Amino acid sequence: MAEETLTRAAPTAPAAARDTPRRGFGEGALLVNAIFCYLFLYVPILILIVFSFSNSSLAGVWGGFTFDWYVKLFQNTRLMTAMGNSLYVATASMIVATVIGTLVALGMERFRFRGRQAFDVQLYMPVVIPDIVMAVMLLLFFSNAFQLLNALLGSSFRLSLTTVIMAHITFNIAFVAVVVRSSLKGFDWRLEEAAQDLGANEFNTFRHVTFPLILPGIIGGALMAFTLSLDDYVISYFTNGPGASTLPIEVFSRIVAASAPTINAVSTVIFLASLLLVSVSQLLQRRR
Amino acid sequence: MIFFLLPFLIIIVYAFSSRSPTGGVEFTFTLNNFITLFSDPVYLSIFWRSIWMGVVTTVLCALIGYPLALFIVLQPVRWRSILIFLILIPFWTNFLVRIYAWMTILGNNGIVNSTIGFFGFEPVTMLGTQGAVLLGLVYGELPFMVLPIYASIDRFDFRLLEAANDLGASRWQRFVRVMLPLTAPGIAAGSVLVFIPTAGNYIVPALLGGGKVALIGNFLEQQFGSAQNQPLGSAAALLVMLVLTAGVVFYFRVTDEGER
Repeated sequence: MAEETLTRAAPTAPAAARDTPRRGFGEGALLVNAIFCYLFLYVPILILIVFSFSNSSLAGVWGGFTFDWYVKLFQNTRLMTAMGNSLYVATASMIVATVIGTLVALGMERFRFRGRQAFDVQLYMPVVIPDIVMAVMLLLFFSNAFQLLNALLGSSFRLSLTTVIMAHITFNIAFVAVVVRSSLKGFDWRLEEAAQDLGANEFNTFRHVTFPLILPGIIGGALMAFTLSLDDYVISYFTNGPGASTLPIEVFSRIVAASAPTINAVSTVIFLASLLLVSVSQLLQRRR
Repeated sequence: MIFFLLPFLIIIVYAFSSRSPTGGVEFTFTLNNFITLFSDPVYLSIFWRSIWMGVVTTVLCALIGYPLALFIVLQPVRWRSILIFLILIPFWTNFLVRIYAWMTILGNNGIVNSTIGFFGFEPVTMLGTQGAVLLGLVYGELPFMVLPIYASIDRFDFRLLEAANDLGASRWQRFVRVMLPLTAPGIAAGSVLVFIPTAGNYIVPALLGGGKVALIGNFLEQQFGSAQNQPLGSAAALLVMLVLTAGVVFYFRVTDEGER
């Protein structure tokens, strides 16, 4: 289609296009495609937001303006508990994954060790395999590990919110490591040598030289981890225990049951939260 | 790392074990799971459908995404950052929420049907069709295609087109022989980023496909859930990983380190 629109639009493009190299792509066709794409991306979200204020229990019918669904949402203890769980899981997994992921990234960039290549591939795996595969792997792992531990120690470990957090840490480490590593690509290691020549010990070198320089990358990775954790349905669904629903699990079960506008209200809240997160991450990048 | 390697080893063991009558696992070495996967026409069709949907989604995303990325690059710098920001928002927005939005549009009481019903037309069943699943997949993955292509076009030296023009290349030749090969790494990176989550997608077929258009993701969920056949599910998961690892190796080959 890209080639088609370009060639088809070509004869109608202005003759002056030859002089300016950035012209001559069939601007009209590109503009139409771009408008189509942005409408495609945003109209569904806008509809969702509009209908969250609709006074009708049918998802696609406008029944007058109301705030009722938001009131119902904030009065619904199940949804509010799930929201709290989600924030807890996202915060905990973000903190742990950011620390470990950053250390992994630093280690990978600084040291050349045997098996580094294999470790590299292994590190990338959670990023590239579908979440459902990751989910079933972790489910089997937890159930087997708990069976073994419970048989040996007589303990009673089982799936809970903690296993969800552990699962989220597992995939988030990979994402944080990838983001931090990409920010380390342009890092001038001679700065560390310079600091040490000037008498800084290893800790002070890290504290005052390395860390401030890679901080934007770390924050980027942390925000990504937080978002991914909030976003995840599949892995949480497989690794959660009784009473440990996260918000996406709760929303999914409500969607499958029936499409009540409460979901529109929850979705709108989630969308606004994502908007806030992406704005923060963009502002932080701009400051750098 | 333990949390990745150990589960990986466990799933390999499971893949070569058999299901006990009670739904548990018997650890006796067998290739039966793989034989079942490759001989049962239902499972084979799920596999092929996943790959086929993945390919179609990737191609559609590339065909829509490339001109979009090009359009963004051609805009003045001020506009460019706003347009990219608008691509980033869906990228960061909850996938479930975005797919749910389409349910309210395509559903039997959805916006499309209530609109055409207003004009006296019969409602059309859209949820539960392959078209709906495909639409959801393209919608969900489009930003993952646009961003890497944008990065590669942004690095592209447009003076090369001028040079090609001076050498007498036609508009078509300039694009296909000069620009496309030089921005191909972006398309390849985008394709990997789109294809993998698409082929393994669970949410879109479950919600927009209404359980009628099953992909590998739904098959895995079923085997580990209601069907209680973890060995068969493990074998399928292992196969998916093998196929996708090949894809990742391809990704590493075609992109240099800085582009990832």
